[in-house]
Amino acid sequence: MLDIAVAYNRYKFIGYEFLSWLWFAMEQSPGSLVPDAGEYGSITIGNRMVLENVTKDKTESITIKGDDINLDAALLSLKNGALVTEINLVYKFNEQEWQFTLKGESFSITNLKTPQRGPVDTLEDTEGAVLEKAYLLEQILQYLDFLYKAFIKLRLSPAWKETLVPELKKWVSG
Amino acid sequence: MGFLSASTSLTRYRVEGKLENPVMENIYTGLRRNAISDIDDNAAEKGIGWTAFHDPFVPTFEGSSFTIGTYFLFSLRIDKKTIPSKVIQKYYAIELYKKLKASGKEFLSRGEKKMIKEHVINLLTLRIPATPNIYDLLWNHEAESLWFFTNLKNPCEELETLFLTSFHLKLIRLFPYTMTEFQGELSSEEYDTFTRLSPSKLME
Repeated sequence: MLDIAVAYNRYKFIGYEFLSWLWFAMEQSPGSLVPDAGEYGSITIGNRMVLENVTKDKTESITIKGDDINLDAALLSLKNGALVTEINLVYKFNEQEWQFTLKGESFSITNLKTPQRGPVDTLEDTEGAVLEKAYLLEQILQYLDFLYKAFIKLRLSPAWKETLVPELKKWVSG
Repeated sequence: MGFLSASTSLTRYRVEGKLENPVMENIYTGLRRNAISDIDDNAAEKGIGWTAFHDPFVPTFEGSSFTIGTYFLFSLRIDKKTIPSKVIQKYYAIELYKKLKASGKEFLSRGEKKMIKEHVINLLTLRIPATPNIYDLLWNHEAESLWFFTNLKNPCEELETLFLTSFHLKLIRLFPYTMTEFQGELSSEEYDTFTRLSPSKLME
């Protein structure tokens, strides 16, 4: 295993490629985002996306945000070689909704809103609320783990270069 | 932005290894030995330690107050005294004036000025109460996973250090590389490809 600090920088591109693939898959093959077993919901883009284009001498960053975001500029940026570095996602399952922002290089999660829970007034309420919140977090994190596993398997297979990259190029060129 | 807040931030960790039996007692000992101590009455600028989720300002880990279901729930507290620079400037100027008057000198040496400044900072540190920052964590011992409810760099680093000191277990942050290592379930062929992987030319 590599030194953690070295590995963080060496492999952060994987996180950007994962988010870029996720956007593509949400648009073009949502079926690939559903596990074979178990019950899972659907995932869509939320209200924010950040893309970054790193060339030899400069880094260009574009942030798109808003409740009904128009992703044309993001698509153009992708066409020019940028990758998604941060994305806000909405996950819906059984009429419940989770919303959060996922950063590609660190996989850190910010502004995570889980489905609404009842009020917490007593110590017993707190214990119930903790268990419920842990369960709700577990649900979304397990789904994210599934997505990442699906991506990394594809990324390390010949199908990435042979099928996925040409399809992605076609989608971006629209 | 604590664990039960409507909106939270989250850093995921893998816990390397498991505690020896009796687990509860070992956690209790680790928490108690490294619990936060109040720094309001001394000259320390910073205090770091564990505190209770339910009562973060009167930390007690008695009974199994840190256990809920199969989880361990407690918090990291970082107390810090921040003296505004203009306050330091004000009291430094007053002390400097007193010293010059008492000594009858027109100037003070660089060393003397430095001593006055340190004295002022020490006095102010004793008078200013520390600002507490509390970061919750949820540890699933069986699953060897831990969620820390912040993304801030400094608290994450303090957590990693204090966790190792308290429980002799290493925390490994989950990011693309470590996620692949621990959760990718790669074959040896896939792993080999992973070690040689470079960025994909998606648009060329």
